[in-house]
Order: sequence, then C-alpha cells, then structure tokens
Amino acid sequence: MSVIFVLIAVSMVVAGGFLIGFLWAVKKGQYEDTYSPSVRILFDDQEIKDQEESKTKDIKEDESKSSEEK
Amino acid sequence: MTKIAEDTKNEACIHCGDDCGKHPVIWDGKPFCCSGCSTVYQLLNENELCSYYNIESTPGIRVEEGKFKEKYAFLDDEEISSKLYEFSEDAIRKVSLYIPGIHCSSCIWLLEHLNVLNKAVLKSTVNFVKKEVTVTFNSEELSLRELAELLASIHYIPEITLDNLQEKKNQDANKKLLYKIGVAGFSFGNIMLLSLPEYVPGSEYLESHFKSFFGMMNFLLVLPVLFYSGNDYIISAFKGLKHKFINIDVPISLGIITLFIQSSFEIFTSTGSGYMDSLTGLIFFLLIGKWYQSKSYQALSFERDYRSYFPVAVSKIVDDKEESTQINKLKKGDIILIRNQELIPADAILTKGEALIDYSFVTGESRSVLKSIGDHLFAGGKQVGGAIEMCIEKEVVQSRLTQLWNQSEDKEIYFSKLNSLIDQISKYFTIIVIAIGALAGFYWLLNDTSKAVFAFTSVLIVACPCALALSSPFALGNTMRMLGRLGIYLKGADIVEALSGIDTIVFDKTGTITQADAVSVKYDGEDLSKEDFDAVKSLARHSSHVLSTILYDHLGNYSAKKVDEFKEMVSLGLTGKIEGRDVKIGSASFVLDSKAENLSGSTEVYVSIDGNVKGRFIMSNQYRTGLNELISSLSSNYGLHVLSGDNDAEKSILAEIFPKNSSLLFNQSPKEKLEYIQALKESGKKILMIGDGLNDAGALKVSDVGISIADDIYHFSPACDAILEASKFQELKRFLSISKKGMWVVKLSFLLSFAYNLVGLYFAVQGILSPIVAALLMPVSSISVVAFASFTTSYFARNKESKEFKNKKEVLPSVGKLSKKRVQLN
Repeated sequence: MSVIFVLIAVSMVVAGGFLIGFLWAVKKGQYEDTYSPSVRILFDDQEIKDQEESKTKDIKEDESKSSEEK
Repeated sequence: MTKIAEDTKNEACIHCGDDCGKHPVIWDGKPFCCSGCSTVYQLLNENELCSYYNIESTPGIRVEEGKFKEKYAFLDDEEISSKLYEFSEDAIRKVSLYIPGIHCSSCIWLLEHLNVLNKAVLKSTVNFVKKEVTVTFNSEELSLRELAELLASIHYIPEITLDNLQEKKNQDANKKLLYKIGVAGFSFGNIMLLSLPEYVPGSEYLESHFKSFFGMMNFLLVLPVLFYSGNDYIISAFKGLKHKFINIDVPISLGIITLFIQSSFEIFTSTGSGYMDSLTGLIFFLLIGKWYQSKSYQALSFERDYRSYFPVAVSKIVDDKEESTQINKLKKGDIILIRNQELIPADAILTKGEALIDYSFVTGESRSVLKSIGDHLFAGGKQVGGAIEMCIEKEVVQSRLTQLWNQSEDKEIYFSKLNSLIDQISKYFTIIVIAIGALAGFYWLLNDTSKAVFAFTSVLIVACPCALALSSPFALGNTMRMLGRLGIYLKGADIVEALSGIDTIVFDKTGTITQADAVSVKYDGEDLSKEDFDAVKSLARHSSHVLSTILYDHLGNYSAKKVDEFKEMVSLGLTGKIEGRDVKIGSASFVLDSKAENLSGSTEVYVSIDGNVKGRFIMSNQYRTGLNELISSLSSNYGLHVLSGDNDAEKSILAEIFPKNSSLLFNQSPKEKLEYIQALKESGKKILMIGDGLNDAGALKVSDVGISIADDIYHFSPACDAILEASKFQELKRFLSISKKGMWVVKLSFLLSFAYNLVGLYFAVQGILSPIVAALLMPVSSISVVAFASFTTSYFARNKESKEFKNKKEVLPSVGKLSKKRVQLN
C-alpha cells in the first residue's frame, strides 16, 4: 500500500506542472486577447508562398551570379 | 486615373461596403465610395496585399478624411515619444498604439503585415480585444511620427492623447485574479482527491498513518489558498470592520477562518478529517464569481477626462516658426496656431485670422460661432475653416472646460458610498448567524458540553454565505453581458443594480434625442422652378461645407449643371453663374446683403437668383426614430426632463412629444446642468442622465447612472457609467426592464441560498454536521444558485431579443439618413 505515497508524490508533481503551465500562460498574456490568435493562424499561407518566391528568386540570382563568376 | 462617374446605379464600395452614392470613385474598374477608400485600395494593390479583401468581402475601415499632415508632428519630440515606448534599445523601439478602427479579421491581417508596406517595421501584433497594435520597429529608418502617419494613411488612425502619456494603468489586477484562481483550483482538486477516501464506505478501515498523511497534505495545500487566493476577502472584511461597516466579506471571512481553525484542530488532534475541501472549494467558487463579474469591455473607455479629449501637442509660434509643444507646457502669452478641425486647448484671445468655432462638444449648441480678432475663445472649441493664431490667456489646467471637469470630480466621493443590496443584507445576515450559533452553543453547553464548541463552529461554517455571495455576481454579471449584446455597455455589473432603481430620466437634446448625422430640410419662400432647384444643387455640389452637402443630398432628384465663375466665401456662402443666371446661396447676412442676423435660431440657407431673394432652406435636427414611442412608454413610470444647451427654437415640437408634467429647459450651461441634476437628487430622486457631449460630462457624473450615447462606441465619449449605441436608443425601456428583472433574479437567488442555509443550520445546531454534509451542501448550493442566476437572466434577456427582432421588421426604413461618411469627406 505504501506505493500510494509514491503515486501521490507523482500526481502532485504532474498537477504542479500544470499549475506552473497555467501561471506561465497567464503571465505571457495568453488570456488577454482570445480573438486574434484564432484569425492569425489562418494567415500563414501567403507568407510562406512569399518566402518561397523570394527564396527561389534568391536561388536564381545566386545561380546567375555564380554563372557570371564562371 | 480616378474619375467621377455620373449617374451610375448605386454600388457598394469595394473597400468598405458602404453605399457609393451617385458618384462613385472608379479606380481599376472598381467602385469606391470615396477617394480615401480608393487610396487604401491602390496602396494595398501596389504592395500585393489585396488578399485583404479575400478574408472578408467588404472589410471596410472607416475612412476619416482628417488631414494628418501636422497632426503627428509632436511625435518628433523626444520627450513625448520616449514616454510612449514600451521598450527601446539601440535603434529598436516597441510601441503600442490604440486604434479604434480595428474591427474585423482583415484589420488584423493588414496591421500584422505592416512590414510589407514598410521594411523598417520588424513585427506588429494586434490585440483585438483592446484594439491595440504593438509595433516593433527600427527607429533609424522609421520615426514614430512616420509610423503613425503610415497607419493613418491606410486609415487606421492611431489615437494618441495626453492620457497615453500618463502612467500605464495597472492592468495586472486581472492577471492577479487568474493566478489566484489557478492556485485555488490546484489545491481544490488535490484536496478533493485526498479527502475522497473519507467519504466512501469502509473508510473507517483506512490505516491511521494514511489518515494523518492525507490530513497533513490537506493542511499544506490549504495554506496558499487561505493566505494567497483568499486574502482579499479577509483583508476587505478587516477593513470593513475597522470602519464599523459589515460588508459581505465579513461573514465570508468568518466562515473561512472558522473552517480553517476547526479543520486544523481536527487534523492535528487526529479527531477528524476536517473540512479543507469545503474551504478551498468555497474560495475557488468565490474567485470564479469575481472573475465573471470583473470581465468587462476592455476596449471601451468609461473614464475619459479632458486629457483624452485634447491633443498631445499644438503648434506654438516662436520667432515666426512653428514649434510643436506639449499642451501642458503652454504658458500665458504663448501664441499658438490652430488649423482646420483642431481643438483649442486653452482659453485664449484670437490674434490672427477669422475663427469659426464649433462649440458643439462643450455647449451642445450645434451652430458654429464667428469670432473676430480680439475675441475670447474658450477651450474645447473646434476651428472650422482656415488656420488661426491665438494668444493663450490661461493654462490648460485652469481653462473653463478643465475646471468644469475638476468640479465634478469633487463629487465622486459622494457616490462611492452607494450601499448595494448585498451589503445591506450581509449586515443582518452576520448578526443573525452569530446569534444562532451562540444560541446553539449555549443550548449544548447546558445539555452536552462536548458538543457546544462544535455546534457553534458548525453554524458559522455552514452559514457561510457562499451561495449568497455568488448569486449577485452571476446574476448581475450575466445581465450586463446580455445588455452588452443588445447594445448598451455597462462599466460594471453594479450598474445593473443602480439602473434598476431609477425613477427619473434626464435627456440632453442635441445628439441625444436628436440624431447627430441626420437633418431634415424644409424650403420656405417663393416657389422655385425646376431650373432653380437645379441651380442650387449644382452650386452646392462644388462646396465641401456641411450645409452644402446636406442641401445637395436633399435635392437628389434634380440634375446638376455646369457652374461658371464659382466662388466660395468661407463661412458665408457660394456664388456662381448657372445657365447665365447669377445664383447665390448662403447665410442671411451674405445673401440678404445686410447685417441682419439670423434671429429664428434655426440653421438656414438663403437663396437668391439674379439678385432676387427667393427664400430659404430651413434645416432642423431629426429626432431619433422611435422617440415618440419611447417617451410615451416611459412617461407612465418615470419622471422625464430635457436639458438642452441649445436655444428653445424647438420647444413646441418637444412639448408635443413629452408629457405635460415633464420639464423642458433650454440654454443650459454645463454647470447649470450639473446643478439641476444635483437639485433633483437632493429631492430624493434616482436619476438616469443620457447625454453625448462634453457639456454633459458633469451632469453624467453626478447622476446615479450616466449613460453616454454614441454612434461609434469606440469614439470619444465623456466619462460615464454606460455607453449606449445610438441605434439602440429606442430600446431604452427594455434595458431598464431587463435590469429590473436582473435584480429580481438576484433576490430570488438570495431566497434560494437562504433555503440551503436553513438545511445546513438544521444539521449544525444539532451538532451533527459531518464533513460529507458540508462538502456536499456547499458545492450543490453554489452551483445551483449560479445556474439559476445565469439561466434566468439569460432567459429574460433572450425573450426580449426575440421580441426586438419582431419589432425590427416592422420599423420602417429611417428617413433621409445622411451617411456620416459623406459629411466627413466632402
């Protein structure tokens, strides 16, 4: 039965972890604005495309540069 | 590239979705309501940000055609800008700007893509709830002023007022409450788990070392709850007692402390398991109630004073050069420059230029006043027309307007003592509970001494007004939320209680019972032919003056002709040649060619053709739709008053709408309004004041409930207890009845919690209160009271909602409402 002491200790650690997680989230202001993150998550698509475009541009430029160097 | 297309069918603006009117601005083959919208579109188009329009079909930022050329010049001043920064290191600056225009997901998208418009912006994050954007930028490439101008150019006009320069408000209070809830919840859950073995059958076989271990664990877990999460209640109770005042926190703290002492005693003497689960649960539920009640409208500001009304800085003239100066640094004798649409920050004497001052915000008088050199100008007026120069007479804090504010501030102490129902009840409650406890203890002292102390503590424990304390925050908090959904935003849940006790309603006239942006036009004089109307319309088309715009819209059916020799005399009128005839429209003194002042008190535009005065257009305020119905429904239950800063030109019309016993007062100065309300209050009336402008600020403050009415609720409104959406004005009666029902629910839940208390007391006085009864009774009573309070208030408000919906269908489309946008734009 004394295994219960171990189990309680473990459960307190786990629960304490969640408590710390909650306090951290409050501190970071995650509960201040509950609307914009829900919208923000949908914005990424275009940015990624932009980045890819710029990347491909960079690569092309690099290629052209390197070809010039040659 | 832009051209004005004539006579096309009305289309919706691609950018903001507004009606484009008869002359949409066409760019890229798409219609826009104004050049402002098309500019934004062009800008976004150039930067390939047009997916802005994909997120919401007509995202629409309200376009305000304010000239921001010099508006943000003060941001170049290091002293001002450094106060605004949240973070600054090397060239990196972080600043949060309040932008009332943020209203949809497209706004978030655009504002978070600022770095596409300007590479110096490193990061921008929107806080939608607060309507704030936090921008991190490189100050070497972009100054704060340029940033503000960039935002303004895409029509997200940042509002930077003196208020922002004050120390940031303590917004940690909300966070602190969440921390406390977190800690209380953590302990509550764990203590419940550790106490569970006590409640299951067979617990008596539990080995004693487990019992003492669980007891010790409970004791340790309860400490942070008692001393951190619950300390507010104990501190508040202590403070109350110090001032010889029993508030609701006194019986709560009494219960908490007795619970703690009793339980600790039981744990350490191994006589029982204690009531630690009840104690933590109690505090946890109380905190949840507090959180529910405190959730309010963050983006709305109820506490505005003159600091948020005035600009941060004005242009001061030093050696013929303009210099941006903070307004609280202005001294007597300084010369300042005020441009079109700018506010006069302090009392001053006009030294240069022709001033046409609009005091509507201060006095409620809607007509602008013409002032010439040497005249006194008072703070709060807005210049309309060209730039003027003036010499400061009094510093900002000593100006008439500022004084009015401070005057009403003294009265504040007078209100804070407003006794709420709950505090009144708790006084008797505490006394009765202690009496019952003492009686029970006394009885057992005579019969069975071993039970005496236990019976006394049990009474205190079980009578702890948890359910009582929860009923009011949930019922009122929920009522407040329901009212918010219907269009009236309360400052706090306690306003519901104040609102339900109202017996007298005082209305301001201009902007409150009249519509600020709707005007009815009547023609009076010789009959005009179609050509004459055409001529007036064509002339009005060329002017951007508000009256011209109104006239132009009024003559919608006539066609505009070509105008030759067009001339606009600022603040006088217009002349021009149309089809060979000289047409003149404008003020009496301009058209009648005499010094004749306009005596009738109403706003008029005179017309003359070829030198013959034909007649005049009379423009009068349009009363809000549903005013008649509202007043007649209110008149049976409430005393009604009208306080107007305007002249009494419309007295006869108002007398028809309002019942005979209501008082109508005109030409009231802000101070007179304030004193009138105070006099009413002293006669024992509970007053609801509804106003819109600064001139009502004092009166709003002294009344029991001050409601400020606004077309745009995020726009400036004077300090008040509630903000009412202008379009919901006719629903006022409903709001009052909802608040009454809310209070009714509070009283019912009080009864319910008393019933639970009686059950608990039945066990307690007999000295047979077991932890399981306490542990069951407490959450069951709390949860049922909370559920009852929330569901009934929602039910009442919903009932209203569906009724309102039915009514809406019946309401005819409002008459000739002039789009606000057009007034601002043209």
